[in-house]
Amino acid sequence: MKLSYWKLNLIILTSLLTIWFIVSFGFGIIWSDQLDNFRIGGFKLGFWFSQQGSIYFFILIIFIYVLLMNKLDKRFYSKESDNKSQLKE
Amino acid sequence: MELQSLTYLFVGISFTLYIGIAIWSRARSTNDFYIAGKGVSPVANGMATAADWMSAASFISMAGLIAFLGKDGSVYLMGWTGGYVLLALLLAPYLRKFGKYTVPDFIGTRYYSKAARLVAIICLIFISFTYVAGQMRGVGIVFSRFLEVDINTGVIIGMLIVFFYAVLGGMKGITYTQVAQYCVLIFAYMVPAIFISLLITNNPIPQLGFGDKLIGSSTYLLDKLDQLSIELGFNAYTDNTKSNIDIFFITAALMFGTAGLPHVIVRFFTVPKVSDARKSAGYALVFIALLYTTAPAVAAFAKINFIDSVQKVEYESAPDWFKNWENIGLIAWKDKNEDGLIDYSSGNALEGIKPKYTNEQGKYGERNVANRPDDSNKNEVYIDNDIMVLANPEIAQLPNWVIALVAAGALAAALSTAAGLLLVISASISHDLMKQMLMPKITEKQELFFARCAAAVAIFIAGLFGIYPPGFVAQVVAFAFGLAASTIFPALFLGIFYKRLNKEGAIAGMLAGLLATSSYIIYFKFLNPTINNAEYWILGISPEGFGFLGMILNFGVALIVSNFYSNPPKEIYQMIDEIRKP
Repeated sequence: MKLSYWKLNLIILTSLLTIWFIVSFGFGIIWSDQLDNFRIGGFKLGFWFSQQGSIYFFILIIFIYVLLMNKLDKRFYSKESDNKSQLKE
Repeated sequence: MELQSLTYLFVGISFTLYIGIAIWSRARSTNDFYIAGKGVSPVANGMATAADWMSAASFISMAGLIAFLGKDGSVYLMGWTGGYVLLALLLAPYLRKFGKYTVPDFIGTRYYSKAARLVAIICLIFISFTYVAGQMRGVGIVFSRFLEVDINTGVIIGMLIVFFYAVLGGMKGITYTQVAQYCVLIFAYMVPAIFISLLITNNPIPQLGFGDKLIGSSTYLLDKLDQLSIELGFNAYTDNTKSNIDIFFITAALMFGTAGLPHVIVRFFTVPKVSDARKSAGYALVFIALLYTTAPAVAAFAKINFIDSVQKVEYESAPDWFKNWENIGLIAWKDKNEDGLIDYSSGNALEGIKPKYTNEQGKYGERNVANRPDDSNKNEVYIDNDIMVLANPEIAQLPNWVIALVAAGALAAALSTAAGLLLVISASISHDLMKQMLMPKITEKQELFFARCAAAVAIFIAGLFGIYPPGFVAQVVAFAFGLAASTIFPALFLGIFYKRLNKEGAIAGMLAGLLATSSYIIYFKFLNPTINNAEYWILGISPEGFGFLGMILNFGVALIVSNFYSNPPKEIYQMIDEIRKP
C-alpha cells in the first residue's frame, strides 16, 4: 500500500498531537493528582509535569515533527520549490 | 556605582543598540516592511518570535502570579507554550507556503470573500490593541520604579523608541531588534534566577534547584513551601484549588489562543522556506521555554524568600525593599492586631483589595491607607504580584547591576511585544483594508507610506493607553486569547485541513465564536462581576477558559452552515492542494 504525502502527514500529526495531549492535559491536569503519589527528587510527578515536564515534551514533539517531515519532504519532493517565485504581488 | 546611574547606563546601552539596528535594517519595500523580505534565518526568527511573544506580562507578572496561584499557575505555563506545538504542526508551514503578508490575507483569499477578510481584520485589531495596552503600562511601571521618572514621560520615551524602529524598519527592523531584545531579556531573567537558586538551594540551575533541598536542611524546597502555605492558611503550594474542568478549559483556551495570535503567526511568514517555518517554531519554543521553565522556579524561590523576610518581622526593621515598593504603591501594610509585626497569611488585607493611600504616616512610619481592614482574616499585607520578579533581586540582596539588568530586560520584553503588535495592526490597515478593500489601485510606494502612517497612528493610540490606562486591562487579556481561539484559529485550521468549507460556513463560524465568547466574557467580567463564580458559569467554565468552548462552537456552526451552500470554487481547491505541498 502506498500512502500519499498528505495521508502520511496526517498520520504524523495525529500521533504527535496525541502525545501532546497526554503530556499536558493528561499528565498535567487529568491524572495529575494520581501522579503526585510518585516523586522525582523534590517534585511530585504530577506537579512536575504541569510546571516543567510538559514544556520539555512540547519541544521534543516539534523537533521530532521537523525531523519526520524533512524525511517525508525528501521522499516525495526531492527539491523544495522556491517559494519566492510564487509571490504574485 | 549607584543603582540609578547603573540603570540609566544599561537601559541607555540597550536603547542605542535597538536604534542602531533599526537604521542598519530599514525597510525599502512592502515586502521588507510586512515580512522582512522572507530572508530571516530560522534561529533568528525563533529568537524574534520569543521576544515578540514574551511580553511585559511574561517577564514581570507571570512568576508573581504563579507564586500566588501555586499549582493553578500551571495553566499559564502549559497554555502559553503548548500553543507552539499547534502552531508548528497545524498552521505555520502551510501559512508560510501561502506566502502572503497577513492573517486576514489568508482568510480573505481562502474564503474568497471580503466579508471574511473584514471579520478577520476586526478580530485582529481588537486582539492586538488589547495586548498593546498592557505593554505600555509595563513600560510605565519600569520607568517609574527604576529610573524615577514620571510614568507618562516613561511611556513617551518608549513610544519614541518603538516609533523609530517600527516605522522606519517595518518587519525587517523589528525582527533584528527583537533578536537583540531577546538576548537582553533572557540574560536579565536568568542571572537573578541563577543567583537566587544558588542562594536558596545551592543548585546553579533554577529548573533543578526548584526540586532540590534547601541549603543546610534535609527538607525539599517544595515540601517546605507546602508546609508554610498551609500554616499561613493557603492551600498547599503544589495542589490545585480550581476545578479540573476549569483548568482544562483555561489551558486549552490559552493554547489555541496562542496559536491564533496574529502577531505570532506573521513571524513565520518571514523565513525563506516551508521547512524553515517548522524548524523556526521549534527554536522559538526552546527560547521561550528557557524563560517559562525558569518562571515557576523563580515563583517558588520568591514566595519562600518573601515569607522568610517579612513574616512576623517588626515593620520598623523590615527590609528596605518592602518600604521602597510601599512608596511606589505596590505593597501596603495595615496593622490589624496592632502589635507592630507584619503578619502575612491568606485572604485580602484590605476591603476593596487595592490600597488607597492617604498622605499620613502610621505609628511605625508606614503609609496609611484609607481602606477599612478586611476583618474576615488576619492578613495584614497587600502585595501586588508584579513585584515578585522586580523585587526579587532586592529581596535576595543581589548586587545593584543585577537590579539594573532586570530593568533593561523588562523594557526589552515590553518594547519587543509592543512593536510586533503595532506592526500587525499597521499591516492589516494598509494592506488588508486600504490595498485589498478600499483603494486597490495604490502603488507599492503609496502602500508603504500608508503602512508607516498606520504604524505611527497605532503607536500614538497605544501611548494614550499607557498614559491613561483603562481600568479593564487585566480583564481584557482573557478577551484577546478567547477571541483568537474562537475566531482566528478555527478559520485558519479549517481553511487548511477541510477543503469543503465555503465562505458562508467560515463567516458564520467566526461570528458565532466571536459573539458567544465576547458575550460570555462581557456578561461575567463587566455586567455581573459579582456572580463571576463557578456556581453561575456554564459547565463550571470561567470566562478565561470560555474561548475553548467558543472554538468548538465555531467548528460546529461552520461545518453545519457549510452544508447548506455550494462548494468553494475550483481555484480554492487548487490553492489548498498547493499549500499542502512543502
